[in-house]
Amino acid sequence: MAIENAKEAQVGLTGNSAVALAMKQVNPDVCPAYPITPSTAIIETFSSYVADGEVDTELITVESEHSAMSAGIGAAAAGARVMTATSAQGLALMWEMLYIASGMRLPIVMTNVNRALAAPINIHCDHSDSMGARDSGWIQLYSETVQESYDNVLMAVRIAEKVKLPVMVCLDGFITSHAIENMETINDADVQEFVGEYEPETSLLKESELPATYGAMSLPDSYMVFKKQQSEAMSGAKKVVEEVSAEFAQKFGREYGLLDSYELDDADVAIVIFNSATGTTRVAVDELRKEGHKVGVLRIRLFRPLPHAEIAEALKGLKAVACLDRVDSFNDFGGPLFNEVRSSIYDLEERPKVISRIYGLGGRDYKVSDARSVFEELLGIVETGTVKEITKYITI
Amino acid sequence: MANLKELAQKEELFTGGHRLCAGCGIPPIVRLVLRSTDAELVAATATGCLEVGTTIYPYSSWRIPWIHSAFENSAATISGVETAYRALKKRGRIPKDRDMKFIAFGGDGGTYDIGLQSLSGALERGHDFLYLCYDNGAYMNTGIQRSSATPLGSNTTTSPAGEVIPGKEEWRKDLTRIVVAHNVPYAAQASPHNWKDLEKKATKALATKGPTFLNVMSPCPLGWYTKPEDSIQLAKLSTDTCYWPLYEVEDGVLKVTYKPREKKPIVEWLKPQGRFKHLFKPGGDKVIEQIQELIDREWNRLLDLDGKQIF
Repeated sequence: MAIENAKEAQVGLTGNSAVALAMKQVNPDVCPAYPITPSTAIIETFSSYVADGEVDTELITVESEHSAMSAGIGAAAAGARVMTATSAQGLALMWEMLYIASGMRLPIVMTNVNRALAAPINIHCDHSDSMGARDSGWIQLYSETVQESYDNVLMAVRIAEKVKLPVMVCLDGFITSHAIENMETINDADVQEFVGEYEPETSLLKESELPATYGAMSLPDSYMVFKKQQSEAMSGAKKVVEEVSAEFAQKFGREYGLLDSYELDDADVAIVIFNSATGTTRVAVDELRKEGHKVGVLRIRLFRPLPHAEIAEALKGLKAVACLDRVDSFNDFGGPLFNEVRSSIYDLEERPKVISRIYGLGGRDYKVSDARSVFEELLGIVETGTVKEITKYITI
Repeated sequence: MANLKELAQKEELFTGGHRLCAGCGIPPIVRLVLRSTDAELVAATATGCLEVGTTIYPYSSWRIPWIHSAFENSAATISGVETAYRALKKRGRIPKDRDMKFIAFGGDGGTYDIGLQSLSGALERGHDFLYLCYDNGAYMNTGIQRSSATPLGSNTTTSPAGEVIPGKEEWRKDLTRIVVAHNVPYAAQASPHNWKDLEKKATKALATKGPTFLNVMSPCPLGWYTKPEDSIQLAKLSTDTCYWPLYEVEDGVLKVTYKPREKKPIVEWLKPQGRFKHLFKPGGDKVIEQIQELIDREWNRLLDLDGKQIF
């Protein structure tokens, strides 16, 4: 599909096409590529851009996701701008290398199209893949729509290179990756200007008196110091995400915060959620608001680093909150979102009750009626003052 | 090919002060190979003795850019580095006249076993690099566990010579043959005792465009239960007994590069090594016979192919 290099264009694209287009417009130096459902179309489309000379990126068609990330690490350490994409088992196979990419402070940008982890094998959407990687030292941005997936990929390049940490952009498998949405693209020249040239301070290929060493053995006298620096970089990433998002909004008119609040200001109860299910939840909010209930939604866009202070601020004054996780931690105590939101609000003077609801695993539908049921439960908690079940599976 | 004097005058790119064991085969191999080109070098190293022993932060023995990322992926890692080199050169961010070569190192565990897939992928994709496997016949860095390169009958900590089982029960994997099956332009087996042969092969490999491979015998006093001062002699015996044939496959033509005047019985290589001690007790002769048969079969196969186009 030919996008004219005109001013912004209105087009209908799938999430995968939009991500591939963003990658094309960034024109990275190196793209290690391995196919996996439902992100395959990103790699396929990008390969056709390479084959047709629309980008001059070097594609490495590796033999596994482990090698995709390994080659990405080698290329990024050599000073290249590196982008790739994966899903589910692919991300799981990369697991070892995710920590090495972040530990080496390499600004790789990877799109993860969220898909359930086996067993049983399932190709449909849930967040067990990226949630399993939440402590791997990658910045994680979650995208609600095709538009936001595209915008996040462009912003991720800037964020990664500024913070010197890799960024994972997540979007929902099939629901976002394969659905066509009306969206606005940015013209190539503006993308190029926004992402700018990449010139790392050090690299394996940089001419230097002191040859670079990546991945040296670090013993107890130094390891923790490196980890402290990495931790500080991650803490600082929050501000960088805000700055880059603000610049993006100023240039292209679309505003993104760390969180996305809907009808929260005067709400008594709220659902906290990720990605595409937010829209469904908003419809339930609109319905219930019409019926006179003070309900709202908080969507988490940035999950790593965790905007804990902002979450606490957003949920201050509410009476009951349900955290909807599209993943189970198998810990008998709710999903990761639940645990982290609950912990984030612990220091509030007056805390809302917080419950965990696990939904939509392996592509199970989440409907407006499901969101309504959760809201009704929350309103019941407010009315009675008691929580019957802290954690529960819904949509089952 | 350089003579010894010329080689000695070349800049030392792998410095002393590293923590590899006395008598380890790895340092002489690496020192010699890094001298086998005038191009700038970048190395990737798999987790293992070479990596652990040379880059304990903040020290490094490497006077060239160097990366270690994990155990099973030095071939995938170097393929990323080499691709970045091509990408940045194409885009004018590396000067056209800057000539760089890329080497990935791995031990037998990191190459024959856990890194085989990554190696195969990088060979198939045709990256311009040399992969060098230093084969000491077991996972020596983690304390002598058997690998698929471990010789039959060898006593290791995961194939112990016990009351019922006399050490490792399987013959070693023929990795060089597997690499050759990728139809790479150059692959060879070498040994550090024959520095001239090793240097010649490394020079050829580094001068060849495309993926090349060296499988180098690397004696290990710790895992072989031998004296450090005997390492080079044991490397020589591995070739004189034809346990470790020296040969190369260049553009599909196989050439045996060393034919011992008198092929020595394998006992001469096994006997000095503590890892085979149990084979010299009652009942061990059967295993030794089996080893000899397997060596003879492989050596005869190579002699049959000597000078022939094999792919």
